[in-house]
Amino acid sequence: MDAILIQILNGLDKGGAYALIALGLTLVFGTLGVVNFAHGALFMLGAFCAVITQKLLTVSKLVKDESITFFDAYKETPYLELWWGDFGKTIIDWSVPISILLTVPLMLLIGLSMERGLIRYFYKRSHAEQILVTFGLAIVLQEIVRSLFGANPIPTPAPSIIAGSAPIGAFLGLDEALVYPWWRLIYLLFSVFTVSAVFAFLQLTTFGMVVRAGMHDRETVGLLGINVERRFTIVFGIAAVVTGLAGAMYAPILSPDYHMGMDFLVLSFIVVVVGGMGSLRGAVAAGFLLGLLQSFASMNEVKSILPGIDQIIIYLVAVVIILVRPRGLMGRKGVMEE
Amino acid sequence: MSKRSLLKNDWVVMALFTVAVLSMPIWLAPIGAAYPDLLQKFAIFGIFAIGYNILFGLTGYLSFGHAVFLGVGSYTAVWSFKLLTMNVLPAVLFAMVVGGLFAVVIGYLSLRRSGIYFSILTLAFAQMSYNMAYSVLTPITNGETGLQLTKTDPRMIDAMFVAPGEGLPSTNLFGMSMSGYSGFYFCAVLLIIGFFISLRIFRSPFGLKLLAIKSNQNRMLYTGFNTKPYLLTAFVISGVYAGLAGALMAVTDPLAGAERMQWTASGEVVLMTILGGVGTLIGPLLGVGIIKYFENIFSALNTNTLHQTFSFLPDWLEDIVVAISSHFVGDGWHLTLGVLFMVIVIFLPGGVMEGFQRIAALARRLSRPQQEKAIQTSEQE
Repeated sequence: MDAILIQILNGLDKGGAYALIALGLTLVFGTLGVVNFAHGALFMLGAFCAVITQKLLTVSKLVKDESITFFDAYKETPYLELWWGDFGKTIIDWSVPISILLTVPLMLLIGLSMERGLIRYFYKRSHAEQILVTFGLAIVLQEIVRSLFGANPIPTPAPSIIAGSAPIGAFLGLDEALVYPWWRLIYLLFSVFTVSAVFAFLQLTTFGMVVRAGMHDRETVGLLGINVERRFTIVFGIAAVVTGLAGAMYAPILSPDYHMGMDFLVLSFIVVVVGGMGSLRGAVAAGFLLGLLQSFASMNEVKSILPGIDQIIIYLVAVVIILVRPRGLMGRKGVMEE
Repeated sequence: MSKRSLLKNDWVVMALFTVAVLSMPIWLAPIGAAYPDLLQKFAIFGIFAIGYNILFGLTGYLSFGHAVFLGVGSYTAVWSFKLLTMNVLPAVLFAMVVGGLFAVVIGYLSLRRSGIYFSILTLAFAQMSYNMAYSVLTPITNGETGLQLTKTDPRMIDAMFVAPGEGLPSTNLFGMSMSGYSGFYFCAVLLIIGFFISLRIFRSPFGLKLLAIKSNQNRMLYTGFNTKPYLLTAFVISGVYAGLAGALMAVTDPLAGAERMQWTASGEVVLMTILGGVGTLIGPLLGVGIIKYFENIFSALNTNTLHQTFSFLPDWLEDIVVAISSHFVGDGWHLTLGVLFMVIVIFLPGGVMEGFQRIAALARRLSRPQQEKAIQTSEQE
């Protein structure tokens, strides 16, 4: 029972990340009709926003170390610590949550310039060419990051107050020994919150209404005198922000390295396809579903029956879905069906 | 016979190609590319790209999973070295058969969908194979270490004829060692055969049908033409080519690892094919040549060599130029490749071959007005 609870939490947690990335990807596909292979790179860039924030906050200078008296020792001390003492230390400690402040504008900028600078010239070209050019872009972005930050993963720890584990067993009146990392719980809440925010934005605002109408029938909305293209550009920016936030918050769970984008790219496409191309709700549902499936498949009981199932379960599900029901779990009839 | 009709003759093309490939150690020497390691890579990836081009170039089906067949070919070849004999012929044959079998299974399932779904299906199969090779299939693939030869291998056929020597045996073709130039010539002969088959396919009714599927599959279906068997055949042929390329990798260097199957490795062959010119006969080979050659050159460069290269500039300018360009060389070679690839896809979707054609067309246009002028003046006279 306890093991199952942990696996459910694990699954929801992974699912939260999948759902966020897939939501961004399917927003882009549903509005602009572009298959974006650089989407994983956006996730990676988001994670590196956390790294950049950490580096910015810990800009240091050499200060004489007073604790060592018998020779002159110098140590690197961040400026923030010099100015504000313990408060500065706390700020540095909280660099990952603070990085959200940087991630949002930076990813919005990256998203907008990507769409205006490159993607918009590929609306009329075939899906294959879209895949190729965005694949090239993904390589370029990941190599730029590598030449700036190196090839090794950069640890970006969560704030020390919540670095430990939450005694969820005690919360729920179960076994006291049942614990789960705080940051993962926060990530789950964060992903649920972000997904809700995106949906609320699309459902409750006029802007969102126009976007939804445009996803449904772009031509008619255009004929009504609404500049659909500009709104879709903004949607691309929003998708980049959502994906970037997913990456930035994921940094304490998985230390960012330059090729994490490529690893998540395949997964996010699988999630989108399982949910149905262009279906936002499908992407979110499929994200959580696949996360749960994956974590259950990695339980020892399951692995002893079907060895290796945890490695392939997601892909297996995707293959079956594409072959049996190409429009996915919640896809609209006729979208990308042959 | 005029120049153009000569190039339409398959035998003339083949003769030219054969001479060009076999004399590569001579005419590549001036640019410093004539050493066996690199030449072998040219030939091996050439075979891979030619095969891939038969699928992607003719049918337009973009597969992101071809590295699976490459990896499977390598594993099969190494197992053949381990269990049977160090002779390369059985290894190559087995690898082609196994690569083909994998292609039948993956192709049969993937080809039920087209467009992006096909790409994602091949991607999913590639990731499945890669993950399995790393985890449950470790007894076959030897996991992260990769499959290698050991002294305790049975090598049943070899054991019957020759006494085991000291150290690890090397791959051979009936006693001829497969390292260095002999290895290259073995790969080159297979490349020539592969190119010949691809040439015949391009100019056969079968190839035309594949092209018709690319240009409009629906029309083919409406006329009552079943496209599936043709697509599957093309897929399997390209899988066999990839299996062969994988086997040759093992021939020149007898080990096999799962990283050859990762989907980014499939991406590499896509890059090569597109860069050279997809759907053209010689384009993929050009792409392979360009990528592998510049990979070699660029990876070897570092800041010191850059400082030497740009030493003619004023000091302050030299520092700036070196600072910028150092990101593009050495480990950063992939950045150059990515930029190059994007430029090609954006401006020259037909690759280097399209570039050649455009230059040729430009040259014709430039020379024509002069001819017309000449005709006009002669008429006036």
